[in-house]
Parts: sequence; C-alpha cells; structure tokens
Amino acid sequence: MASSAVVDVPISTDRQRLSHLKQLEAESIHIFREVASEFEKPVMLYSIGKDSSVMLRLAQKAFYPAPIPFPLLHVDTGYKFREMLEFRDNYTRELGLDLLVWRNEAALAEGANPVKLGTQRCCGLLKTQALLDALRHYGFDAAFGGARRDEEKSRAKERIYSFRDKAGQWDPKAQRPELWNLYNSRVGPGESIRVFPLSNWTELDIWHYIHLERIPIVPLYFAKERRMLVRGDSLIPIEQSFVQGLPGEEQMVKCRLRSLGCSPCTGAIRSDADTLPKIIAELVSFRSSERANRIIDHDQDGSMEIKKREGYF
Amino acid sequence: MPLTQTLEEQATFEIEEFLAAEQAKDLLRFSTAGSVDDGKSTLIGRLLYDSRNVYEDHVRAVTRSGGGSAASSIDFALLTDGLRAEREQGITIDVAYRFFSTARRKFIIADTPGHEQYTRNMATGASTADLAIILVDARKGLLTQSRRHAYIAALLGIPHVVAAINKMDLVDYSEEVFTRLSSDFHELAERVGLKSVEAIPISALEGDNVVHRNERMPWYVGPSLLEYLENVEVICRNDDAPFRLPVQRVIRPHQNFRGFAGQIAAGTVRPGDRIVALPSGRTSRVERIVTFDGELESASAPLSVTVTLEDKLDISRGDLIASADEPPAVANHFAASVVWLHEQPLTLGRRYLLKHASHIVPARVQAVRHRVDIETIEPRDAHSLELNGIGEIEVETDLPILADLYGENRTTGSFILIDAATNATVGAGMVREVLTTAIEHKAERRPRVVLAGRELAAELEERLLELGHPVVRTRVLERSVWRALDEAGVVALVESDDVAQVLSSEFETEPVGDGSVDSVLDALRLSGGKEWV
Repeated sequence: MASSAVVDVPISTDRQRLSHLKQLEAESIHIFREVASEFEKPVMLYSIGKDSSVMLRLAQKAFYPAPIPFPLLHVDTGYKFREMLEFRDNYTRELGLDLLVWRNEAALAEGANPVKLGTQRCCGLLKTQALLDALRHYGFDAAFGGARRDEEKSRAKERIYSFRDKAGQWDPKAQRPELWNLYNSRVGPGESIRVFPLSNWTELDIWHYIHLERIPIVPLYFAKERRMLVRGDSLIPIEQSFVQGLPGEEQMVKCRLRSLGCSPCTGAIRSDADTLPKIIAELVSFRSSERANRIIDHDQDGSMEIKKREGYF
Repeated sequence: MPLTQTLEEQATFEIEEFLAAEQAKDLLRFSTAGSVDDGKSTLIGRLLYDSRNVYEDHVRAVTRSGGGSAASSIDFALLTDGLRAEREQGITIDVAYRFFSTARRKFIIADTPGHEQYTRNMATGASTADLAIILVDARKGLLTQSRRHAYIAALLGIPHVVAAINKMDLVDYSEEVFTRLSSDFHELAERVGLKSVEAIPISALEGDNVVHRNERMPWYVGPSLLEYLENVEVICRNDDAPFRLPVQRVIRPHQNFRGFAGQIAAGTVRPGDRIVALPSGRTSRVERIVTFDGELESASAPLSVTVTLEDKLDISRGDLIASADEPPAVANHFAASVVWLHEQPLTLGRRYLLKHASHIVPARVQAVRHRVDIETIEPRDAHSLELNGIGEIEVETDLPILADLYGENRTTGSFILIDAATNATVGAGMVREVLTTAIEHKAERRPRVVLAGRELAAELEERLLELGHPVVRTRVLERSVWRALDEAGVVALVESDDVAQVLSSEFETEPVGDGSVDSVLDALRLSGGKEWV
C-alpha cells in the first residue's frame, strides 16, 4: 500500500479549517472572473511552465461549464525547449483553447541570441519587446501572468492588478492601493494592466496543487538522463548550435529543470526526482530559490526590477 | 535491489505523510507595522530565517550587500527590503508580501511601511489581515505611529493584534519596562476598540522570543511570537453568517444552463435554500452548486462557486444573491469610515465611482461628518480629507449597493472610491450605518433627463441657460448618451416629436407636471423623481 506513488486525496473542504490551497484557489478564481467581466479584451500569457499550467486549470474552473472566454498568448523567443513547444501544441489542442503565438521575427532574423547580445539585451528584444508588440498588435487591455510574489524581492511588492502606462511600463511608486478583494479595473486609452492571479501562491503550493489536481506539465520537470554541458556547478542544456562545449564538457547527467525558460539561459539541476512526490520532497530539502539557476537574474543587482520597469512580467 | 525498493517505498511513504500534513494546514494572514527604526524588517527577516524559510542564495545575497566580510553579519532587514529606491533611502516604501510556513500553518505577511506618509499602505495590508503585529521600540514606548496603527487595525476590523515590544536587549531585558509598555498598549487597545490583544517582549536582532523562547527573560511565561501566530484562532471564516453571493458573472455556455458565478462572501449555501436576488427582490431556491470538480452538497465562504436557481430570474453582474430570510440593505445613502489614499483631497459633491463587491456605481460624498485626529483619536470638524486622513463621511450612490455593515461582514461592508476623471483609487470605505434604502430614497432623487416636445424643449433650453444651468438638447434616443450627459452634470433635454410613444417604450414612468415650463423647472430644482414631461 505504501508504495503507491499517487494517492488521490481530495482538497479538504472542512468547514472550520479550510485548507490554504482551497482558499488560494477560490481567490484566484475570483480574480479571473473579475478581469474577464470588467475588461474588454483580456488575454492569458501562457509560458508553458508549471505556473501557466496551474493558471490554465484555475481559468477552466472559473468559467466552468463555459469555455475560457479569452485567448492564450505565448511569446516565443525562438529559444524555447523543443519539448515545451510540443507540450504547448498538444495540450492546447486537447483542451480546444485559442492559442496565439508571437515572435520578434525581425530581431531573430538579425540573429539575436544571448551569446551575441548578452542576456539582458536578448531578453529585452525577444521577451519584453515581443510581449509589448503582441499586446499592442491585438489591443489587449488586460494580460494574466503567472508570476508569484515569493519568486523574487521586487515581485513581493507587485499588486494583483499591476498598472502599466501606455508604453507598458511599471512604476513601483504609481501602483494603486489594493484593499480587500476590490480591484480597480479603470484604465485610460492605451493603458493596460497585468494581472497576477497566482500572487499569493508559493512554489510549494504550485507543486502540491499540480499533484492533487493531476495537472499535466512539461516532461522536462522530471528527472531523466539528459545530454548536458557540465561547466562548474552549471548544467547547460544543448539545444542550440551556438551553445558549444569544450572537450569533455558534454556528458549524460540525470537531471531536471526546476523552472522553464529559454534553453541557453536555463540551467538544469542534478536530480533523481522523476515523480511529483519526489519533486516536492526535493523542493522541501532545497536550500536555494528556484530562480537561482536562471542565469539572467544575476547579471546585475536588482535586474528583475529593471526588466519590470521596462515592461517585462 | 529489494533493499533499494524498500528505501524508496519508505521515502514515498514519508512524502505522502508530508503532503497530507501540508494539506491540513490552514492560512493565517497578518500585517506588520512599525515606525521607521522599530526593526520591523529585521523581525520579519528573523522570523523567516529562524523558522528555516529562507533560501541560502538569498542569505548569501544579503550577506554580500551588507558589506561585511564576516560570514556571521547577515543583515536580516535586507532579506525583506526589496526595491532599489528603498535600499537607497533605507526605508520600506511599499507593501511587500512574504510567505512562510511552519508544521501547523501557512502564513502570508503583508509587510507595511511605517513611514507616516504611507499610511494608505498600512490600511491596504490591514484590509485582508486576520492579525496585526505592531512593533514597539522598548526604549521609546508607544509613539504616534503605534497609535495610528492600533487605530487602523481597529478601524479595519483585524480580529487579533499583537504588540511586539522589540529591542528588549537594549533595555537589559527589563521586566519593569515590558510591564509598563504592555499596560500602555492594553490601555490604547481599549480606547480604540481592539478586542483580542497580546503583548510579547522580543529582540528581533538577537532572536529572543521570536521563534524560540529565551531564558534571558525568565520573568516572561507567555508564548514566543511564532508560537502565538501558530495557535491563535482564525475567526474570519463567516460560515454561520447569512449567505451572500455577489454575482461576478453569468455563466451561459448554452441555452439550457444559466449559472451565477461568484465568491461566497459570507455564510453557507445548499441546494433547496430559499434566496432573494437583489436589487430586484425576486425570490427563488438554489437548484445546484456547480463546480469544475463536480456538484457540491454545500459551499461556504470564501469558496468560489456557480449556482443555478429553480426559477428564471433576471440577474446580472453586480447583483447579489442572499439568504431570503436575512438580506442585506439595498442602500444608496449611507455613512462610512474612510481612509483617504490620494494626494488629491476628498471633494464634496465630486463624482466618484464606488466599487462595492462586483458592482461599480457613480457616487458623491455628501458630507464629512468628522475627521479623526490620529494623535488624540478624537473627532474633529472637517470638510475634506487629505492623503492619509481618516474620517467618517456620508455617501450617496446613483444606484443602490447591496451592503452589510462592515462590522458584520468585511467583504460586503467595504468599498473603494475611484476618481472618475483620473481612475486613481482615492478612498477605502467601510459602511457603518445605512441612512436611506433605495425604495424610500427614490422620491428625493434629483431629476436627470427631461423628455419634451419640440416647442417645450426649445423654451426649456433657453430658460435653463438663462438660469446658468448647463443643458444639452438632443434628439438622440440613446440611454448611454443621456447617462454620459448626466455624469457630466448636464441636464439632458431629449427632444421628441412623439413624447407619448417614447415615454412608453423607453421609460416606465408617468409624465410629471402640467406640461408648462414652470412646472418642469419646479421639478428640476425642487421636488423629486426623474422628470419625464
């Protein structure tokens, strides 16, 4: 009995002690419904990662039995893992979702990549610029994102409705106060909001919910033998031709990805966690935060804040 | 091979136990507040660090930023101070949310700034908190900030408040100092109307009584701060209160399904329950409670659900489904406490948008009853409120809101005010007293739209302009246009060749007055009712 890997435990609906996950779920559903009702043209930013998977499930729950009343937008940098794109296409097709994909084709045609431009400029063009262009092109006035406040220090101060000016920029001092669950949805022409329905979830909550709800996720999250460049403590995935190792760096390593980004900039970690309970067990014993393996955040002190000011999520 | 399997089974078993324990955890939200140097960031850093909720890379980062080469010089405050601007200024300038958990509970901290000009952020953090921690510097005692925070905690109805008497290490862990400050705090709590209060002596810097109880204060026999946070009863669940479901959205995937979606604001609902839909006042019974995970036999606050009703009622977003036996007030004139959140002061008569539950309605502040002097917590005369001002106001809304008193329900008793011109969130309000319900109030309403034949319209326009009254004459039969004119404070003078026909098709009211110019002007200035002449 004890060897059963997945136990079907329904989320507690105990009246006296409502579980924290059930509370977080109810809160997120409330946010989805508010935005879908008060904005003219919302969109969900779909990054294919675990947080996006949870967002998608919450959106399904919010409007059930009706379909999700807004499209999904994937900003494809051109450097995403192949397995991510396969997952994206299969899963959205299976659920019958309206998926939009946007790439900064002009920058890609000029050969933009993190090795050539550095991670800051590369992100600026392929992520931030592409996102802003897509939002403007379609005229979206609200965009759901999967960011959580526990991820990074500047995120800890983010509102649930994050107000952006006409250029899509974020001014930490001009954010609107948010009291109770009353969100101010009024925006002027050209202005928009980013909405973070997972604001109050932690990384552990996300994994726990994926486990309980049996939410499909990209296989890259699970450990298996993969070909990697081993450079110091870093495991660098080999997907792009410009990522090239020195002799002996290329090895088969049992590893997995803790968060999904672009393949040249997302390091893997050595791990044996090939099931959800094992991932959670690993997470509990972890001594470093999930973004620690993102190469981009360490370029400059406060780099996330700088990117956000410019319009990044 | 069998040995390995056994070990793996063991590991799986333990994680299942862990997950079961995780799932049984409930959630406590608390806010923290303190003056600039009370050591609030240090306390939170310590709470996270000592309860093993900080990642090593974060600790490394703040050890480096702290500048010290000694490995032991962790700057706990830097673990929580995020933005560049505040690092430069050395103060926290915005609400930051922190997350940690212990074996018993998950915690969400709303870390709110202590600096005086950011009181609005303190109210923001307090609005969703089950508990507040007020930091008091043991050397300085209760300051203006402490009073302000205690008062805001009471105003926003936070169920529990803890005074963390900090920097006990700097007063030689003196019992006498603690006893004096504790009694000062209890006195303050009673004055502002806080019910459940506790004082705990701590040193955030040294870690005394934050997570672990410490022998340096043997005279203190109470719980450590964390022990208190883990055990205090969360009493904001509201499941025994009368049922309230603000309708956020009508879910209509096909002709045969019409569900009303919302987050239950109070109480419990079961199929068969008698409900009333407001503001229409029509009653029905709950047919089903529909969720993605299957139908429910009952659902309580704060779950998000979709309900279907036995009868086909006309319900839309902004309406509220309530227990038929104990409905909320249908109010369009009420008294409320308000915290002013914006540099632009409160202006009487100015058009604001009031958001209450899932409803946005135009509103005006008719009167400021008083403001509260935060130094003395005494009411003072006022005609306006400045940024960070707190007072009591009378509000009139164009359409009724379905309100409970804030003391009875923090969700259906609260609202925000939005400036209609700038879209800024300018005020946070709490309903204290319903002055007029919509039905009684109808007779006092100012006229907004005048429907008249061509000659009368021309004459009226001239007279109104002579009187200096803004007026727009239009032949457009479009309610949205009239509403826009009305919102701009202009009389909409709708001209039509067939008044009787328009009257019956567009309005559900009888003509008023004898059709003379004077009778209309009379109605416009003096008496009530929408005027359709």
